[in-house]
Amino acid sequence: MNAPQLDALVASASDGIEFDGLSVSGNGPYTVGIVGESRAVEEAGLREFAEANPWLVSNWYYWTRVVGTGGARYDFLRWVERADERDVSERYEALSTGVSRSWGQLRITAELGEDGKRRYALRHVDDADNTDLEGYEDPLDARGLVKYDDRGRYRPLSTAPTLPTGWEYPDLSGEDLVRTVDFVYPATVANWHREREGELDVTHFRETAERQSGIYEIVSQLSVEEIEAAAETCCVDSQCLKRRMWDEDEEIDLDVERGDGEFPCREPCSLFITAARKFVTLGREETRRYEFELTPTEKEQVEEIIDAVAEGRTEEIREADMNEGANRYRARYLRARRMTEEGLSGTPTYPEDQEL
Amino acid sequence: MQALVIVGHGSHLNPGSSTPTFSHADTIRETGVFDEVREAFWKEEPSFREVLRTLESDEVYVVPLFISEGYFTERVIPRELRLEGWDVSAWDSEDGVSATYATSRATDVEKTVHYCGPAGTHDSMSDVIVRRAESITGESDMGAGFGLAIVGHGTERNENSAKAIQYHADRIRESGRFDEVKALFMDEEPEVDDVTEFFESPDVVVVPLFVADGFHTQEDIPEDMGLTDDYRTGYEIPTEVDGQRIWYSGAVGTESLMADVLLERAAEAGADVRGVDDWTQSEPEGVADD
Repeated sequence: MNAPQLDALVASASDGIEFDGLSVSGNGPYTVGIVGESRAVEEAGLREFAEANPWLVSNWYYWTRVVGTGGARYDFLRWVERADERDVSERYEALSTGVSRSWGQLRITAELGEDGKRRYALRHVDDADNTDLEGYEDPLDARGLVKYDDRGRYRPLSTAPTLPTGWEYPDLSGEDLVRTVDFVYPATVANWHREREGELDVTHFRETAERQSGIYEIVSQLSVEEIEAAAETCCVDSQCLKRRMWDEDEEIDLDVERGDGEFPCREPCSLFITAARKFVTLGREETRRYEFELTPTEKEQVEEIIDAVAEGRTEEIREADMNEGANRYRARYLRARRMTEEGLSGTPTYPEDQEL
Repeated sequence: MQALVIVGHGSHLNPGSSTPTFSHADTIRETGVFDEVREAFWKEEPSFREVLRTLESDEVYVVPLFISEGYFTERVIPRELRLEGWDVSAWDSEDGVSATYATSRATDVEKTVHYCGPAGTHDSMSDVIVRRAESITGESDMGAGFGLAIVGHGTERNENSAKAIQYHADRIRESGRFDEVKALFMDEEPEVDDVTEFFESPDVVVVPLFVADGFHTQEDIPEDMGLTDDYRTGYEIPTEVDGQRIWYSGAVGTESLMADVLLERAAEAGADVRGVDDWTQSEPEGVADD
């Protein structure tokens, strides 16, 4: 607590203060109290009370004057330090060594700064104990920081679990923390806040599809089974950290895990719609019967390759691990042995064209 | 509080697509005239659908960083922003190059939204094209001997994309800054492939009216014009083609002066932009205003 905070407290007493267990009212004499206990004092007594309970005053000042009560930013910053789970003295004790929470793959740490102000640090969850990180200050830099994953690939979906590592914002104000989070995971704080308030406006798949125009109009042709396969493909936690709150429509839930993410997904995103369009065109083809000559191990190898690609595991497979079906040498050998100009096992994709 | 939202197309595939939107937003942030400046995209995040809820301001100016009036600016963006009662007639642009702005509410937020016409059809865009030509040639006083080709995509989902190209070509031609000015297209006549056939000037500056550099501006157009056989090997600026020097500028949308066009759009819709240093509203440098 500092002098301006104390003066602000005295000046605000007549409006009445009820905040995080601190209560002050009156216009001299004053009534001051901490949960359950109150007494009447003159101004000197009020100041004495404040000096004896400085964290209550600086806490009040930080939230009401620095952050400003109400709204998504306030609620989010309160959530960061678990304000609705702990009283002020517990929070200050925890904040003195740092309180950390995860937001997607972000690790947010709140600490006590000067005179009860909070300072926030932001980094990748996997960098929690990393001491060799590149430091940043400007929230705007976050846009470039998260554009590519650690393999250098462009990240078209901000909430894909591919957030790059190696950077940190060691010292952000509350306002800049929220801005930075909004650059890393756009609109997640706003939608999380709406959900907390019971006001999340979910737009289900059918309604989203109905709205599309141009080349995306056809996504409305997906059947519920295809929507489920698409959600399983794109929306589960291994692919996106948002928690899916939309379904086929208000009545029909999709039989797919929603995910455990902290922040909700309120409607199918542009990447999902783009994928859905492709799935519609794939679904237009009829299946046909093919005959392939493969050994049992080769058949399993084809399945292993599909799995490895679908799970994004190809990079993990060791260069010389010949027991892995999706190993590059194994795949090359399979191609050398079983693929001809006609395709897999010499079976043409369109036999009728061959006969012409 | 007032906010500026710059809406761009963005891309799932090309990481550079959003770069001009970000850099113009930063230029405007530095002026400090808006309490908030935010970028939003069709293909990236925040989406058009969710950008408004990320803002605290109750007055929001939305300016599309798009080249033409048409499918995206008249249909997709207003729909996705959930503008109440949107009707393109509010822009008062029957010729497809005269959009103004429309003020309404969005259905998911308690805000007033001023939805502006796209950057690309604003008069001051002509100045950006000229500036782009100046910066690529290093000549602030291009006169005799210089021709200017403004290149557009051509046949797209609506006819207005060609109108924007033609509009600025006409304006710049009338200004007399260049000996010759032509509008050329990628996939319709007159085609950019034959650029040298359309000019007599020894020097021709080619400015693509595109928001961001990408496949078309970095690969197609340089190869089509014969600046290079393979875009990956690069090309000189200028490159001599059929005895003429071709000064190819890359996408006009990356020119820093674009930020002024966005500001002009917002100012015309009522944004308070007092306090912007060195900003001369409606005082184009090289083009007579009509």
